[in-house]
Amino acid sequence: MANNLDALLARARSIREDIVRMTTEAGSGHPSSSMSAAEVVTALYFGGFLKHDPKNPTWPDRDRFILSKGHAAPVLYAALAQAGYFPHDEIMTLRKIDSPVEGHPNMKRLPGVEASTGSLGQGLSIGVGHALAARVDGKGYHTYVMTGDGEIEEGQIWEAAASASKYQLDNLTLIVDRNHYQQTGPAEEVLNMDPIDGKFAAFGWKTQVINGNDMREVLQALERASEIKGMPTCIVSLTHKGQGMLNLLRKLGDTNFHGKPLPAQNLNEALAEIAAS
Amino acid sequence: MAGASSGLQSNRELGKATRDAFGRALEALGADHPEVVVVDGDVGNSTRTEWFGKKHSDRFFNVGIAESNLVGVAAGLASSNKTAVIASFAAFITCNAYDQLRMSVAYPGLNVKVVGSHAGISIGEDGASQMGIEDVALMCALPGFVVIVPADEESAKAATKAMLEYKGPVYLRCGRPEVPKIYSADQVSFQIGKANRLRDGRDLTIAANGIMVAMALDAAEALAAEGIEARVLDMHTVKPIDRDALLTAAKETGAVVVAEEHLAHGGLGSVVAYTLAETHPVPIRFVNLLDTFAESGAPEALLKKYGLTAEKIVEAGRSAAGAKKR
Repeated sequence: MANNLDALLARARSIREDIVRMTTEAGSGHPSSSMSAAEVVTALYFGGFLKHDPKNPTWPDRDRFILSKGHAAPVLYAALAQAGYFPHDEIMTLRKIDSPVEGHPNMKRLPGVEASTGSLGQGLSIGVGHALAARVDGKGYHTYVMTGDGEIEEGQIWEAAASASKYQLDNLTLIVDRNHYQQTGPAEEVLNMDPIDGKFAAFGWKTQVINGNDMREVLQALERASEIKGMPTCIVSLTHKGQGMLNLLRKLGDTNFHGKPLPAQNLNEALAEIAAS
Repeated sequence: MAGASSGLQSNRELGKATRDAFGRALEALGADHPEVVVVDGDVGNSTRTEWFGKKHSDRFFNVGIAESNLVGVAAGLASSNKTAVIASFAAFITCNAYDQLRMSVAYPGLNVKVVGSHAGISIGEDGASQMGIEDVALMCALPGFVVIVPADEESAKAATKAMLEYKGPVYLRCGRPEVPKIYSADQVSFQIGKANRLRDGRDLTIAANGIMVAMALDAAEALAAEGIEARVLDMHTVKPIDRDALLTAAKETGAVVVAEEHLAHGGLGSVVAYTLAETHPVPIRFVNLLDTFAESGAPEALLKKYGLTAEKIVEAGRSAAGAKKR
């Protein structure tokens, strides 16, 4: 476990490095929204939770991961590239013309992308559809969906939450990346959705609240989620937007840093902070 | 429906409503299509998907009055290799869930079949809130969607089969009232994207779909009595439009009337005009709902008040034919 944990922590650092490199090269994107989710995405793809085959991305029995907060695409691209879904150097074509590594995930163009997202609120319903398909087909795959915390302001999330509960989808796990910020400010101020776990519990979900930037807690939470029977599970993953470069963001005077790339002159500083994290 | 007949008035024999024909076809085709999964937004007894649901309960889910989620669930099912069929009132499924249709279905080009029932003003007494009159424009606007508006019972059945066999997103528009029979079971011809020529004529072409096809045939008879011979095309597929049929019609008849139970902007009329403007411009006249919501009332009274009648098609036909260059 210790060795595995060290390897996963190193992988999460590597994913964060990819996130800042590709978004700085692109000159746009959402690095801070991506970095908050690095532990969860690392644990899913490299911690043994997602049963998947990068050489066979449409394998019918694979587990699914749907990044509903599509603006955090860089964290997904880093994981997919490092897992071998496409050549790693393609991440540096992010947001450039003719590249399948688009600003938001496009399932038609990039292997391993399970849903085309970017209009917030839609991924959980898609996850419910996959989970129902598993039931119809008698398959054992698990579907994971990640939303943002601002994203759950969308009404569709609650339509989906109710339907997942109705059909007792224990093959569905939602991770809310609770990084406390949305576009214009703190999520609690824009539209307070607290208590998030209480709301999902009221909708009939099993809930956990964890420190989502602590790899140990993430691994334990995903393990527990896979053992729950008879109801869908929600992990409220308390994180920091921009985790891994928080000192730099403080220095730059913007701990939200929504939808901006790091300036090229700050790249090495960010990489150094990530390496030391 | 107290005080109103359940079918449209016509000299022709009435057949089933297109929603009923869709429902029966879906129920019957379910056995041969194990990949079909149907999701309902709690209107299955209106859209008739409940008939499939009763026969194939393991492949039928009712996710409640939640159209956005309905569309998203269908997208997930289709992403896991199901043929997802969803149905609700045309007004609700296209307008309430338009972003989901755009983003979760059209953008990835998924195999989702969207059925909008209770389209048009011929639903009658329930009024404007329930009348889908902009659905064709909305669905034609989404890249990759096939848009089908069947005219009668047999073509709705055939369209349902064609829709399930087609791989990709399809919108099928259905109506509430019983409608005049255009096709018999043994001679119905339905191919996505291929218009049916129901009557030939050299002076004018009437391109119609849905309930306006029967009226177009009635109008053609009336025009013939005046010496104007009209060709009638059943344009059941609005997208992709049958460019060849339109081009041939424009060249051979020199004038066109487009009749549809839909608003003026973005429906069949717009598509026909766009197509002919590029290829072979001729005088075109339009019979449609113009730019207004309708109201409650008996279907026949509504169709008359809002100008969806054979007489209006006759007037438009005279005007179009008269505008031809001699």
